[in-house]
Amino acid sequence: MNTSDSEEEFYNERTALVTTDSPTMATYTQDSELPGPVVTENKTGASARLARGAREGESAADSEDEELTLKYGAKHVIMLFVPVTLCMVVVVATIKSVSFYTEKNGQQLIYTPFTEDTPSVGQRLLNSVLNTIIMISVIVVMTIFLVVLYKYRCYKFIHGWLILSSLMLLFWFSFMYLGEVFKTYNVAMDYPTLVMIIWNFGAVGMICIHWKGPLQLQQAYLIVISALMALVFIKYLPEWSAWVILGAISIYDLIAVLSPKGPLRMLVETAQERNEPIFPALIYSSAMIWMVGMARPSSEQRDQDTDEEAHQNNAESLERSQEEPEDQAFVGRSRAYSAEEEQEEERGVKLGLGDFIFYSVLVGKAAATGGDWNTTLACFVAILIGLCLTLLLLAIFKKALPALPISITFGLVFYFSTDNLVRPFMDSLAAHQFYI
Amino acid sequence: MTVAVFFGCAFIAFGPALALFIFTIARDPLRVIILIAGAFFWLLSLLLSSLVWFIAVKASRQEEATAQKGLLIFGVMFSVVLQEVFRFAYYRLLRKANEGLAAISEENLSPISIRQMAYVAGLGFGIMSGAFSMINILSDSLGPGTVGIFGDSQYYFITSAFMTLAMTLLHTFWGVVFFDSCERNRWWAVAVVLSLHLLVSGLVSPSPSHRSRAVRTHNTCADKRP
Repeated sequence: MNTSDSEEEFYNERTALVTTDSPTMATYTQDSELPGPVVTENKTGASARLARGAREGESAADSEDEELTLKYGAKHVIMLFVPVTLCMVVVVATIKSVSFYTEKNGQQLIYTPFTEDTPSVGQRLLNSVLNTIIMISVIVVMTIFLVVLYKYRCYKFIHGWLILSSLMLLFWFSFMYLGEVFKTYNVAMDYPTLVMIIWNFGAVGMICIHWKGPLQLQQAYLIVISALMALVFIKYLPEWSAWVILGAISIYDLIAVLSPKGPLRMLVETAQERNEPIFPALIYSSAMIWMVGMARPSSEQRDQDTDEEAHQNNAESLERSQEEPEDQAFVGRSRAYSAEEEQEEERGVKLGLGDFIFYSVLVGKAAATGGDWNTTLACFVAILIGLCLTLLLLAIFKKALPALPISITFGLVFYFSTDNLVRPFMDSLAAHQFYI
Repeated sequence: MTVAVFFGCAFIAFGPALALFIFTIARDPLRVIILIAGAFFWLLSLLLSSLVWFIAVKASRQEEATAQKGLLIFGVMFSVVLQEVFRFAYYRLLRKANEGLAAISEENLSPISIRQMAYVAGLGFGIMSGAFSMINILSDSLGPGTVGIFGDSQYYFITSAFMTLAMTLLHTFWGVVFFDSCERNRWWAVAVVLSLHLLVSGLVSPSPSHRSRAVRTHNTCADKRP
């Protein structure tokens, strides 16, 4: 089965760990320069207010916001651990139970034309490297194409493209997946029921991802489509090519997000400049919402309101701040900080879907090759620790960072070393019932 | 082997650890991170020790069974020592992190104490150690077969489960004792932890009587005062 180009495109943009979709975040550390780099917090509607307030009470806002950033750092990490874990669990469970995704029947994607069924090791290695080069070039071309489209505001084209690819994922791939699961468990199913199920699943998914829906449902759908995409990769990428591609794509991610002319960086910066969120279909957002606490003296509220009216804020945040009980007044606290606390309703960190996909590909391949669960577990822990480190760096640098390199490096190192070194050791220990 | 054996052994081996995780760790994100980082450190120590063992095996004569057994015992001892070294390294890292957390918090108090971190780190080591020992056995127990058909003990699964449970809890206790004695500079207590770990891991008898080994380990477990 050959996947379409929209498939490719679908995942490859999603490999940045981005941290905001909100309007321009002029951080307190940048006074006058345009907010180029992406910042950590995602505060809806608060940015303009914060920017102005920040210039007023800059140092106070600075340290206090710094504190809040780091205080909620652990929460953000867990908010990403859970979906990444869920995606990996789904992929591993499927790989271990449904044999379809581990069967190789010679079919390959058009992006990896060279076969690995060669007599010599050298030839096989060469073929996998060539496959990787082709795959990465396709990804680079698609990314640049997307960035060009975005720069020239061809939104309709991009949206059409994304809708087409999520249509394919939500309907066609999930139909295939369901079919294989039914085959594995020998479940009898009739077409009308199946059509109902797939139609409902797909239609609600399209609405949740591309329009509006409950946050958790949207997150669930994004996890499911990442898992489906990862399963397709696990099935159709040849063995060695998959590992080389994983390595190469983390290098590409590093370059694309960090270098000044990198396509992903330009995408993020353009979105920032235009105060637009990056397409919802490409990013998993972990925004958490909490209500602000107690009532606040009305005088400050009035100040707040005039402040708000003076800015152009979207209606939502205006409503929200007027409706909700304000936080208690701290004596001597600067207005900037109060403004920020009051508006602090949504904070989250965003992870590109490509990251989900490649993490799951790594863990899924570890589960697929060989029956050893230790390898899978080791890769899982390695990826989580890599993600943790990446988020730590994100908290320090406060700009969009590639989420693939550290995790994939750890994952690859742990996969090969656990498979070749730890496995024989643990097997011998288990045979003699040694416990360490 | 039946599903009952699978669930039974799984809950014996991982039940207490799971309960500890759910009731004390799952709510606090910082503790979850410390747990997973602890598991990672254990994994690193295992990686290095298996590297050493692997090199030793490749360098030795492979035909002799006794040499292989000896090398395995050497591997076990080396792994235990390396685990304690990594536990110490993790202690240092957590100390630094604790100071950092205290510095950035409002009241200059860290949100988590070194004792809690010791417990969580120990549990992280324990869970990872238990998982690596038990998961393959559990997955085998789901498949077809008969335990001990070639004359080995038929209690292999259940003794493995109990041993895994003991090791998980022991790692937790050792973590607490270790960190506490490092805090107070009681190096003799650290040496006691190390020697107990060596003792437990080295409990092997020529004709493995699995039940007696499990009992001896559980006695060690009962003697720990967390």
